Amino acid sequence: MNLELFIPELSLAAFALVVILLDLVIQRKGWLVVVSMAGIVVSAGFALAMWGGSSQAIFNNMLAVDNFALFFKLLFLGIAALVILSSVDYVSKFARFQGEYYALVLLSTLGMMLMAAATELITIYIALELTSISLYILVGFLKDSKSTEASLKYLLLGAVASAVLLYGMALVFGFTGKTQLGEIAQVIQTMSPQTLLASPALILGIVLLIAGFGFKIAAIPFHMWVPDVYEGAPTPITAYLSVASKAAGFAIILRVFYSAFGLPQWLSLDWGMIFAVLAAIGMTLGNVVAIPQTNIKRMLGYSSIAQAGYLMVGLATMGFAPTADILGRSGLLFFLASYALTNLGAFIAIIAISNKLDSDLIQDYSGMGKRAPLLALALTLCLISLIGMPPAAGFMAKFYIFSAAVQHNLLWLVVIAVINSVISAYYYLRVVKVMWLGEPASEEKVPSSGALRVALSLSCLGVLLLGVIPGFVMRLAELAASMF
Amino acid sequence: MSFPYLTAIIFLPVVGAILIAFIPGLSSRVIKRLAAIFTFVSLALSVFVFAIFDKSLGAAGVIQFEEKLSWIPAINAHYHLGVDGLSLPLLILMTFLGFLVVLISWKIDLRPREYFAWLLLLETSILGVFCSLDLLLFFLFWEIEVIPMYFLITIWGTGRREYSAIKYVVYTLFGSAFMLAGILSLYFATGSLSMLEIAQGGLESFRVVIPVAAIFFFLLIGFAIKLPVFPLHTWLPDAHTDAPTAVSVVLAGALLKMGGYGMIRLCVTIFPEVAKTYAPILIVLAVVNVLYGAAVTLRQTDLKRLIAYSSISHMGYVLLGIFALGQVSMVGASLQMFSHGVITGLLFAMAGVVMHNTGERDLRKLGGLVRQIPIIAVVFSVGGLASLGLPTTSGFAAEFLVFVGSFSSTIVSGIQVYTILAVLGVVITAGYILWMLQQVFYGPALEQYNGVKDADIIERVYMFAFIAVIMLVGIYPAILTDVIKLGISPIVGLLGG
Repeated sequence: MNLELFIPELSLAAFALVVILLDLVIQRKGWLVVVSMAGIVVSAGFALAMWGGSSQAIFNNMLAVDNFALFFKLLFLGIAALVILSSVDYVSKFARFQGEYYALVLLSTLGMMLMAAATELITIYIALELTSISLYILVGFLKDSKSTEASLKYLLLGAVASAVLLYGMALVFGFTGKTQLGEIAQVIQTMSPQTLLASPALILGIVLLIAGFGFKIAAIPFHMWVPDVYEGAPTPITAYLSVASKAAGFAIILRVFYSAFGLPQWLSLDWGMIFAVLAAIGMTLGNVVAIPQTNIKRMLGYSSIAQAGYLMVGLATMGFAPTADILGRSGLLFFLASYALTNLGAFIAIIAISNKLDSDLIQDYSGMGKRAPLLALALTLCLISLIGMPPAAGFMAKFYIFSAAVQHNLLWLVVIAVINSVISAYYYLRVVKVMWLGEPASEEKVPSSGALRVALSLSCLGVLLLGVIPGFVMRLAELAASMF
Repeated sequence: MSFPYLTAIIFLPVVGAILIAFIPGLSSRVIKRLAAIFTFVSLALSVFVFAIFDKSLGAAGVIQFEEKLSWIPAINAHYHLGVDGLSLPLLILMTFLGFLVVLISWKIDLRPREYFAWLLLLETSILGVFCSLDLLLFFLFWEIEVIPMYFLITIWGTGRREYSAIKYVVYTLFGSAFMLAGILSLYFATGSLSMLEIAQGGLESFRVVIPVAAIFFFLLIGFAIKLPVFPLHTWLPDAHTDAPTAVSVVLAGALLKMGGYGMIRLCVTIFPEVAKTYAPILIVLAVVNVLYGAAVTLRQTDLKRLIAYSSISHMGYVLLGIFALGQVSMVGASLQMFSHGVITGLLFAMAGVVMHNTGERDLRKLGGLVRQIPIIAVVFSVGGLASLGLPTTSGFAAEFLVFVGSFSSTIVSGIQVYTILAVLGVVITAGYILWMLQQVFYGPALEQYNGVKDADIIERVYMFAFIAVIMLVGIYPAILTDVIKLGISPIVGLLGG
């Protein structure tokens, strides 16, 4: 039993508990931020120290410690750090429960870290629930009618998704008699195609798994919760949901489908095709419905549905490619990293602006270019990155993930995807236009706190770096993708 | 390693843009001077590169001033720059226009900091397109150009500027979407992003997944929208008309040439056989471009819109020259790109001055201005005459080469008929140019224009620069054609013609 391999998670859990306890005794709540950040740094330090080692299993093969899991753990910790930094202004408005807010963010991060490492169906389910339950509470944190409605909606639909997921897991277990992903794969590979096809249980199980995980990544048609929850949740939590929760969903899909259903080839072609179709519909619908939105958080909600579509191009590629080919997977990892930075950057700018305006309507952003030139510039950069234009990260991410898809007979999907990018330019640029062209409603400057500025500069710097010299991160993504 | 001339030329403007954007408290005067200095150094360096460019016959097809660094190892992309006879004239064209548009924008008072920052960024992206030898780098520069263009048209434009700007963006992105699909297919087929390696490898080594012709057309759509080719031209009149003067100059002068350059550099060089197969269709489109563009121009009553439509007609000659696929015709097409850049740049600049000084752009309401503003009238007339191809101007040399080259081209059968049809375009051009000059400058003088100011000193400087270049290339075209030939002859070798 190698408990030291579990130290990143253990230390994060410990810090989360310390934050809750500390909240009871101290008056200056600023320390909560410091302790939470310390927890993230310590956990990330331990995770970083393990990077590059050979992959190992702990807890009787329930969790894996490999580069893939570590890549995601570092990604989640980075996202959590930026979210906490950008929450400082927002949370200081709460009279109570500040400690719980930070602790819940840390706990849901812990859940996601477990999701990235889990190699066994029950563990996957538990990790998923730890993440989700923390998030249900965080979404309702504002306690106004919209936030409560969002939380309830998220909870109900999330519960349905969990039930569907469990049903899928039960079918897979019933068919193979195993819950460990590697063992499931062995059982499937020893069966003849006739046996596999004779019973619909396996295929049905896989479809239900896709449905259950599809809820997490906001894939069509399991996206219904997205616009309302994004609009109602506290904005930092919306940011967190839109990147971390989605990344965790993709992490788990990658691992489950690669480890358990990667072979035989005809099976992976089947689910690859399902993902390809979901991707095509998802990005088209997300982009088209985003066009008439007037609330920027809702608009970004639909945009995240479309982005999930682009990401699923990577999943489809994984299905179409032979298992040894890492390009689809590394493309997906790189896309997730650049999407995380981009969307966080956009949301952090929105947090700063909405702190001042108390409004999320796009029309109220009029004249932001004059009132807050740097915030507007940062938001512009992030929106350009979401369109997928240089010199931002989104451009490289799309190029990378699409180039992998073209290599595996998915040119048709890539053509749909690039045309979708054109459609998306329309609504992203509308926000840009309002900011730089509209007349400001007042001359008042928009203030932003130091923590928020640090978070925003970090994410914008990341967006630019990944857009201009992405080589290093692509190398990391390749390493992570090659080692399960 | 020698001094990285091309990197310096390409990135000097953007360095200027960053300084202008982020140094707080710069006055409008300082911003304009900074912009002028950075673009002038870039121009001077590019002229120096032209001077020391090896023009001997042995240099045919050789890439000079090459810079190559590993950029993204994961996808085998390089930071790879270089110029040959094809790209060098266009590089000079852009640095030349880049400096002059700063002068043309001297009277901009609305948000000058942002304006000049975007203008300089635009210059960098266009220069990058002409120098990139790596497909990803090429595409990156190609895409960057859209953003400054969008801002420049929406904020500083006139008329239906927001509509025109978004129309431009959507058209361009639509084209580049297909281009991206084409580039990815090429990358998959060859495993390389280097234009040179792909062209040298030839089609035989391709692991073809989709028909090679499909990749050719994916790329062509992107370039055809930019050039523009009928029926993908409808963004052009709107964007040109509503853009601020300096941006119209860059747009018509250099940006359209990205399309023609891309066609020669990628479509013809990488797919010579496909180009031969489909040349007849493209030549028909070229003739439609020339005649339809010219016919529509005849009906325009707005000064800028008239010049904008004339570009469509003139770009038809470029398309004709390229897909006649002969040595002379392609040299002519390249020269026409340079010449049209300078001439139309001058025409837009002069239209801007007339509009600024008189406050009027409707041709029916202008008239008799030759008495009030003689200098502008003379320069505008010279520009107009160059545009209709008067001998001793660059317009004549370029169009003559295109027609002679196309008529005698042996690769496409029946091209003589199309060439003769295209020559008719020259007649129509003479019609609308002379009509425009007459409407604006001749006829009885109108009283309301009595106080109108003539060109000031800065305007005279750039007018002189434009005319000097037009005349220089018109009287001694070999200064450019000798260089262009070095770039074209290896391509013609590929075509076996």
